[in-house]
Amino acid sequence: MMNIDGVSTGIVLDHIQAGKSMQIYEYLGLDKLESCVAVIQNVRSAKYGKKDIIKIDELIDLNLDVLGYFDSNITVNYIQDGKLLKKQHLALPDRLTDVIRCKNPRCITSCEQEIPHIFALADRAKKTYRCIYCDALVKVK
Amino acid sequence: MQENRHLISILDLSEAEIEALLNKADDIDAHPEKYEESCRHKQLATLFFEPSTRTRLSFESAMLSLGGSVLGFSSANSSSASKGESVSDTVQVVGNYADIIAMRHPKEGAPMVAAMHSPVPIINAGDGGHFHPTQTLTDLLTIRRKKGRLDNMTIGLCGDLKFGRTVHSLIEATLRYEGIHYVLISPEELKVPEYIIDSLKEANASFEEVSDLEEAMPKLDILYMTRIQKERFFNEEDYLRLKDTYILTPEKLADAKEDLAILHPLPRVNEISVRVDEDKRACYFYQTLCGKQIRMALILFLLGIETA
Repeated sequence: MMNIDGVSTGIVLDHIQAGKSMQIYEYLGLDKLESCVAVIQNVRSAKYGKKDIIKIDELIDLNLDVLGYFDSNITVNYIQDGKLLKKQHLALPDRLTDVIRCKNPRCITSCEQEIPHIFALADRAKKTYRCIYCDALVKVK
Repeated sequence: MQENRHLISILDLSEAEIEALLNKADDIDAHPEKYEESCRHKQLATLFFEPSTRTRLSFESAMLSLGGSVLGFSSANSSSASKGESVSDTVQVVGNYADIIAMRHPKEGAPMVAAMHSPVPIINAGDGGHFHPTQTLTDLLTIRRKKGRLDNMTIGLCGDLKFGRTVHSLIEATLRYEGIHYVLISPEELKVPEYIIDSLKEANASFEEVSDLEEAMPKLDILYMTRIQKERFFNEEDYLRLKDTYILTPEKLADAKEDLAILHPLPRVNEISVRVDEDKRACYFYQTLCGKQIRMALILFLLGIETA
């Protein structure tokens, strides 16, 4: 078993689907932080078999919509002075802006580069989003 | 009415608003003289980034019959789009010249982008293979005038159901009415897209997907024919293979109901034989008159002009 220091003031992203932590690390731009960040992969989990965890040694603003889209099972733990301030469960966001891109070659976003790629949640159970411009469906992987 | 109301999808209009528009079109038909000056000093811009003689002329004729005037362009080549101007820039400029804009664009969602930036109402006059709500209003007006109702009927939609935006809009619009059964007649490659099937299922609508037009014919109250659209294909080979799949002839109408109404958004290529034009069930030229009158009603509605 590997030991990683606990976070005294910062954020712990728990229950990340095993293998997805690096994608989240990159998308949240954690490589640009000055503070200590630990990415722990393949941690044993009673609930999921194995999971990833990210520990950030600083309280930062996180884009929870993006996190919810990448993995709605993630729990976000905010810690201050060694105590749990808040535990937040995520869900698929109702709207995504510039998180995923519309791949329909007939969509207006395919030829006008500066239009934001906006998707609205079409079906929470089926985990599908719909491009607000052309109605193309995208399934969350 | 809210300020700057747009029409991008037929679903932007409530059932009550659609009914009011159809009633207004009927009144325009009965008393055209009442509306001759309704849009005096108002201007309609027709921004057609893709050629369409019929729809553009219909909008222009509608505005002129309301006493207004028109300006615009009829292809991307004759607009600043050919210089690379964005849709949002175009409408922000044209919004200073006109009171209302009708836009056709080959890319899906372009009118929605326009609506997000326009200072004046935007009417989607067709965006790629996506929506064409004013054609749908035309179709609803034609159906109501021919059948006296919009519910409890079997509607056959035939031809290019994949790229045929008029088909998509008509289905979305009629899902609101009770007792509609849809017969979706197309070759395998041109079946309706998944999101339309999802809409049908969500609404618990009764529908069937078939490929044989003659077999479906006896049960239809409405037959909505569409053209296989060359401009929607990336591959000419696929177009040539599919273009003659369905050709409606008097012989194929042998088992059709006496009060069937045959609609077509036009232009027709060869999917309806000219020999069908003499049949009293052919409504597609009458449909164009309905198209002009419903566009008159829509322009009045979006400009907030009340005519007693």
